[in-house]
Amino acid sequence: MSDLTRAEVAHLADLARIDLSEAEIDTMAPQLAVILDAIASIADVATDDIPPTSHPLPLTNVFRDDVVRPSLTPEEALAGAPDAEEQRFAVPRILGDEQ
Amino acid sequence: MSAPVPAALTATAAEMADALAAGTITSVELVRAHLDRIRAVDEAVHAFLHVDEEGALAAAAASDARRERGEPASPLDGVPIAVKDVLATRGMPTTCGSRILEGWVPPYDATVVTRLREAGLPILGKTNMDEFAMGSSTEHSAYGPTHNPWDLDRIPGGSGGGSAAAVAAYEAPWALGTDTGGSIRQPAAVTGSVGTKPTYGGVSRYGLVAMANSLDQVGPCTRTVLDAALLHELIGGHDPLDSTSIDQPLPGLVDAARRGAEGDLTGVRVGVVRELTGEGYQAGVQSRFDEAVAHLVAAGAEVVEVSCPHFVHALAAYYLIMPSEASSNLARFDAMRYGLRVAPEGVVAPNAEEVMRATRDAGFGDEVKRRIILGTYALSSGYYDAYYGRAQQIRTLIGRDFAAAFEQADVLVSPTSPTTAFRLGEKLDDPVAMYLNDLATIPANLAGVAGLSVPAGLAPEDGLPVGFQVLAPAMADDRVYRVGAAVEAALTREWGGPLLSQAPPLPGAGSDRHDGGAR
Repeated sequence: MSDLTRAEVAHLADLARIDLSEAEIDTMAPQLAVILDAIASIADVATDDIPPTSHPLPLTNVFRDDVVRPSLTPEEALAGAPDAEEQRFAVPRILGDEQ
Repeated sequence: MSAPVPAALTATAAEMADALAAGTITSVELVRAHLDRIRAVDEAVHAFLHVDEEGALAAAAASDARRERGEPASPLDGVPIAVKDVLATRGMPTTCGSRILEGWVPPYDATVVTRLREAGLPILGKTNMDEFAMGSSTEHSAYGPTHNPWDLDRIPGGSGGGSAAAVAAYEAPWALGTDTGGSIRQPAAVTGSVGTKPTYGGVSRYGLVAMANSLDQVGPCTRTVLDAALLHELIGGHDPLDSTSIDQPLPGLVDAARRGAEGDLTGVRVGVVRELTGEGYQAGVQSRFDEAVAHLVAAGAEVVEVSCPHFVHALAAYYLIMPSEASSNLARFDAMRYGLRVAPEGVVAPNAEEVMRATRDAGFGDEVKRRIILGTYALSSGYYDAYYGRAQQIRTLIGRDFAAAFEQADVLVSPTSPTTAFRLGEKLDDPVAMYLNDLATIPANLAGVAGLSVPAGLAPEDGLPVGFQVLAPAMADDRVYRVGAAVEAALTREWGGPLLSQAPPLPGAGSDRHDGGAR
């Protein structure tokens, strides 16, 4: 278990698609280090023979019948969109200059 | 000036339903009285992010018309309610306390909201919360904190501080909350109200904006145990729209609450969890807890001490599992389909990813960013086994601790929160100190069991409310109501009335105009 460096926080923010400012990274890196320190105790608790629990209910593949149900109209589905056009979500360009 | 509580508002939700049935009050009168109260005190409390006067009054008028025809939609038809702003409400803003969803109006209702509407409950508005339910104080709301009605300089708990404060300040008879690590129970504890986290899967999560899917659960925030049981029965039960909803009938919760209020707990085995008392718990919290346990003994319960050795690791496991799930869930806020869209500064014709990055920086608050980064770290390759994997193993061990403890006891008890309400701002810059508030509530979420908090009195050192937590096995929610109602009945008798009647009056534009505010 290691402390997070500024560079690592910047990399994680990049993975999470958040444009953190330099000032935000300065504040967050030591805070995350303290949090990681507080949770470091878990390393020695469980041995490898303990199975993981991902969910409190033992559920697998809950299916419903394949029948048509009422759903949102296109207008309703698009009502909260920042931008819409021809019954579609209108988004900024998705390709870079070099593509 | 202060705002005394009008007599009509101090009734319990069950009493309001009786008065509506008896015709001594109408739903429109009841809704108006609550809207007046909100106008009078909410500037000071800030429990609400949105008040729907028009919608609530229209629903109340429709309810009165049904009662007039002798066709009430349910026994609770016409009793108003408030809803935490993390639950989708058609035609009413749903922000989750975040700028990224400011002004978003969902095109559909959460299943629990549908059930409220079908039963005829007018919705007064949406209550304040920590952003995306991440916090224990509501200070992480992008719209400013809620204030504790017992002391406006103190936190109302979180994340559901708005729902708890609205109920404690008589702005609503009851409210819906959600509980991922204690967000219903801890606010109930520090505001002197009642709150239940149902068994995981016992109440539909359809239309609940997810923080951590494997932990989140919707539940009631009320002033009495009976009201919590009534609301829990109304919203609970199987929902085909939620694949994690349990397809079994709920046990009889209202019956259990009524039976518990009779005060006889002969034959009930109560386990005091050794790891959730003592060190780290405020002296007055511990003493009120001990007194409540003595009441259980007096009611005939058999009290034993149980040990859950892995509970000391619950907080650490939780702060890996919850951020991991949250970092994945909050990826949906991408500036494309709903919510905020912000263009990065100084970029000509930015592409979608640049817009996404700028929007998520502008739209998310500090705590949300911290948890997304932490979750991204815990799930990243090379760390996955050491963090997320290990936390999931601890989850197994905590489940085994519960199973062993429930062999020895029918319910487990502890203080709900280690301290009473702290001052606004006191822990804002210390995330780990903030996280410690959920020490006693988190194990129930990790294991999916039921939990309830009921007032245990005021801590002698600061005069602030203390909560008593009751935990029961999955799908045995009736037990928390039976034992919770017994504690409530014994303590209410001792106090000579409900704990909330001891709360100081709130400042506001009340009807006592001659007071003039001079003391």
